[in-house]
Amino acid sequence: MNDLIELLNSAKSGDRRSLSKLLTSIESGQTISPGSTDSWTLGVTGPPGVGKSTLIGKMISHWISDGQRVAILALDPTSPISGGSFLADRIRMEQGETGNDVFVRSIASGNQSGGIPYFLGEMCKVLSMCGWSRIVIETVGTGQSEIRIVAFAERVLLVDGPDRGDIIQAEKAGILELADVIAVNKADLPGAESAAQSIRFSLGLVDGDDRKIHLVSALDGSGVAQLISDIESCEPDDIRKELRMRERILSIWGSLLLTHPEIDSNIAKLCDGSITVNEAIQSMGLTLGLGANNWK
Amino acid sequence: MRIVIAKPGLDGHDRGAKVVARALRDGGHDVIYTGLRKTPQEIVRIVNDEDAQVLGLSTLSGAHDSLIPKICEGLRQSGLGSVVVFAGGIIPERDRPMLYGSGVRAVFGPGTPTSEVLRFLQVASSRKNNGDEIGVGENLGWHWN
Repeated sequence: MNDLIELLNSAKSGDRRSLSKLLTSIESGQTISPGSTDSWTLGVTGPPGVGKSTLIGKMISHWISDGQRVAILALDPTSPISGGSFLADRIRMEQGETGNDVFVRSIASGNQSGGIPYFLGEMCKVLSMCGWSRIVIETVGTGQSEIRIVAFAERVLLVDGPDRGDIIQAEKAGILELADVIAVNKADLPGAESAAQSIRFSLGLVDGDDRKIHLVSALDGSGVAQLISDIESCEPDDIRKELRMRERILSIWGSLLLTHPEIDSNIAKLCDGSITVNEAIQSMGLTLGLGANNWK
Repeated sequence: MRIVIAKPGLDGHDRGAKVVARALRDGGHDVIYTGLRKTPQEIVRIVNDEDAQVLGLSTLSGAHDSLIPKICEGLRQSGLGSVVVFAGGIIPERDRPMLYGSGVRAVFGPGTPTSEVLRFLQVASSRKNNGDEIGVGENLGWHWN
């Protein structure tokens, strides 16, 4: 614990080596202190290949020229088979990556539910304490499961792209409802405007939903300045705040389950049919009340 | 282990780096790939920010003799002397002693089975655990090949 405090103090004074080591300690499950710090966090989510990392690269440049210090936590998937990962988000952030005012850390998503590791909250807190004024969490590019980003970021940017057809429809019951700002990237390609139209249509079905759909191009930078100003000024409404707290509870619940010492043996028993799901959950000391009876 | 695979200098060929990165991923490691054309300073910063234990450098341009020693020196100066450095690509036999002298612990040429890189990492990991010299800033002497 004292080592952690020492690392934190040294990281606060600007030592990057200490900050990096501190993040590793947090990744391995250690925590600094209870309580929360006000941190400016943005979650960036969206399907694979829509240009999340490239767009973040452009946003980094804007923030830097605005005098901000930008930290990125970039998530990529962990292989469920080998346990290894290939983390390559930072390649696309090149424009903004040079200099002391940018810190990019790649994180393997592990086997956390929702693709968002539970220690992200602690990482954001530490980065904020060390003076990083813009903290961006980039999720793995998977579809609906990445909704859990809302538990950790104060504001959420959903990035979509042209030619994605029905996938937009599939997502509209999830992250689309929870995103504060929505952008359609690759505006330099045909089809971007019609993708934006179809999102506008689906949002338009809800009264009072006046979120703007931004058309941006991470390639030539068009629309990025307006996007940032919208992100900076957005204030999440109460309904979305409640949904966030709900996701936060679910996230911690999920990580408690997944880090339980008996989870692997219970999975093995479930596979060979020697116990029911309900018995597995009970043996891990968890009570799900009446609902659990429906899980058999 | 957390491993950075980097492409230093003006070299646009990264098939080899990607093959190695993929093999290490399949071997259960967390692999961070830097992309092409990184300067020694950028590579040192990436290794620091990612808190990597291992750095693999791929070069096919012939500039290994100037770039790799600079990176090794940069790591030592930044308090990253415990990082294990290995190299791969087109590196003539006669240049290897110089690289080992800079702190590189293994050099893999064309045709190396990826399983050999994984075996090297296993040995590197157990040397680290035993406190034997293996990092770029530790006593020289031991190298893989």
